[in-house]
Amino acid sequence: MLQLRDIKKNFGAVEVLRGVSFDLGAGECVAVVGDNGAGKSTLMKIITGVYAASDGEVVLDGQTINGTPPGDIRRLGVEMIYQNLELASQQDVTANIFLGREPTRKVLGFETGIIDFKTARDQAEEMIRQLGARLPSVDIQVGNLSGGQQQSVAIARALTFSPKVVIMDEPTAALAVREIEHVLQLIKELKARGIAVILISHRLTDVFEVADRIVALRQGVVIADERRDETTMQDVVAHIVGAH
Amino acid sequence: MSATKSIAPGRPRAPAKIRRSSVRIESLIVLAVLIAVMSFGSPYFFTTANLFNIVLATSTIGILALGATFVIGSAGIDLSVGSILAFAGVVGAIFGSELGLPWWFAIPACLLAGAFAGWINGLVITFGRVPAFVVTLGMMGVARGVALLMTNGQAVYGLPQPLLWLGQGRVAGIPVPAIVFVLTAIVLHLLLSMTRFGRHTLVIGDNERGARAMGVPVRGLRIRIYMLSGLMAGLAGLLTMSRVNAGDPTAGMNFELAAITAAIIGGTNLFGGRATVFGTVIGALIMGVLQNGLNLLAIPSFWQQISIGIVLVVAVWLDQLAKGERE
Ligand SMILES: Nc1ncnc2c1ncn2[C@@H]1O[C@H](COP(=O)(O)OP(=O)(O)O)[C@@H](O)[C@H]1O
Ligand SMILES: [Mg+2]
Repeated sequence: MLQLRDIKKNFGAVEVLRGVSFDLGAGECVAVVGDNGAGKSTLMKIITGVYAASDGEVVLDGQTINGTPPGDIRRLGVEMIYQNLELASQQDVTANIFLGREPTRKVLGFETGIIDFKTARDQAEEMIRQLGARLPSVDIQVGNLSGGQQQSVAIARALTFSPKVVIMDEPTAALAVREIEHVLQLIKELKARGIAVILISHRLTDVFEVADRIVALRQGVVIADERRDETTMQDVVAHIVGAH
Repeated sequence: MSATKSIAPGRPRAPAKIRRSSVRIESLIVLAVLIAVMSFGSPYFFTTANLFNIVLATSTIGILALGATFVIGSAGIDLSVGSILAFAGVVGAIFGSELGLPWWFAIPACLLAGAFAGWINGLVITFGRVPAFVVTLGMMGVARGVALLMTNGQAVYGLPQPLLWLGQGRVAGIPVPAIVFVLTAIVLHLLLSMTRFGRHTLVIGDNERGARAMGVPVRGLRIRIYMLSGLMAGLAGLLTMSRVNAGDPTAGMNFELAAITAAIIGGTNLFGGRATVFGTVIGALIMGVLQNGLNLLAIPSFWQQISIGIVLVVAVWLDQLAKGERE
């Protein structure tokens, strides 16, 4: 479904990614692990179009998508929950969930650019309800929410438009244990619905619970790409820290 | 909301504000106090003639401040509006009086001249990656300079009669510029609060990178925001030109200061992400009353610049204090 082919990225003289390739199938969860600075977030931002790759190809359903703007890549069904969430803190929950994709009202069949507030609000409420997230209201400013609540807004935003691929960059970093369980449950549900997931996490117990494959990045190269049931936590740790 | 399971329990950090008020209540209080003080200070304050003076003074600054609301809401700044006002007025006056064209050509000429200058601002900011502060400071010099160059430094007089109505006419006793200001404010209020354009304007002021990641076309949007600001300067130029019956290359000097101040005291977040048109209208009224009051009290006009400058800094300072308390 999604293929990365020899992705390279340099920021000025610094080579952050030095030829990364791996595949992702429908309903599959691939965990990307690696030390801080290994290039995990950079790689994901190349998939979503936020960064342009210096070289290589991102292929979605047989179609090369790199060079496509982030909005179009979302429309093709690739969503990402960013490490820093990328929410607009002075906007309410509904506005954030529909950011970039606000439903609009048509007048005499013409696109007006006028936001359909009611539709947006109803759908946002429905989404939050489905996720079981505890929010006082979808009308609340996101900046007034706790870290965990903000995380669920970012998750709701990624799931509202029936994605094919969901990328989660350390989605549990701000969460308490019980909330983490819920995210892991969510990943399993996504997989069951045929949605592919890329999970970036430092918590190897989580990774081993939900991932089908584990890709270890070190200094911008894939050091290991293994099926979960063919590796062990010790091996993965060794890949991350570079013990062999 | 019924929630059986939860991925995000916990209380919000700050007391939950369900809907932030559309305008800072402080600015309404300031306006009320200012009006009270002025009406005690001068018996002329509450005369009809004087109230019309206030609306007239408010409408020029107010129209510029409406543009500033969008620009500052997007975390930008436009220092060139005063100069663009003069440039547009000069272009309009030349079209209206010197080229032998139908009189109404002056109207699109003013508006297009303003929007064009704003478009240049937007292009250089987005594609040249030069900070807005620098680009619009440069445009402040360029637009003024071009206006002086086109006219040899002399005002262009002798506008066709129908144009003067725009600056001097009345409808049901209300000065036409005030009507234009109110209508423009209504349109821009709808634009800011109801449309994707308005929403995205505030979002790029709030989190530009996030907006881009979510597919907001940030560059095109930013260019349109500066064009809007230029268009407002063109409109203010049109009204000024019609009022004084001349395209004056020295018009609108320092108006950017008052316009930015009006937007800020109206509750626009200087760092972007929050802005309302209604707040800006109140802010512009405060500027208008202040200016008018100082005139009535026979305080030398130099003090107006001083007081506006102080109001701007104090408004931002108070906002920062409030923010410090919240964090
Ligand atoms: N925009 C950028 N400009 C320059 N260097 C960057 C930029 N983004 C990331 N880097 C560098 O790229 C490397 C990889 O970063 P990142 O992809 O965030 O790593 P990870 O997510 O694996 O911790 C780091 O050394 C980081 O400093
Ligand atoms: Mg990272």
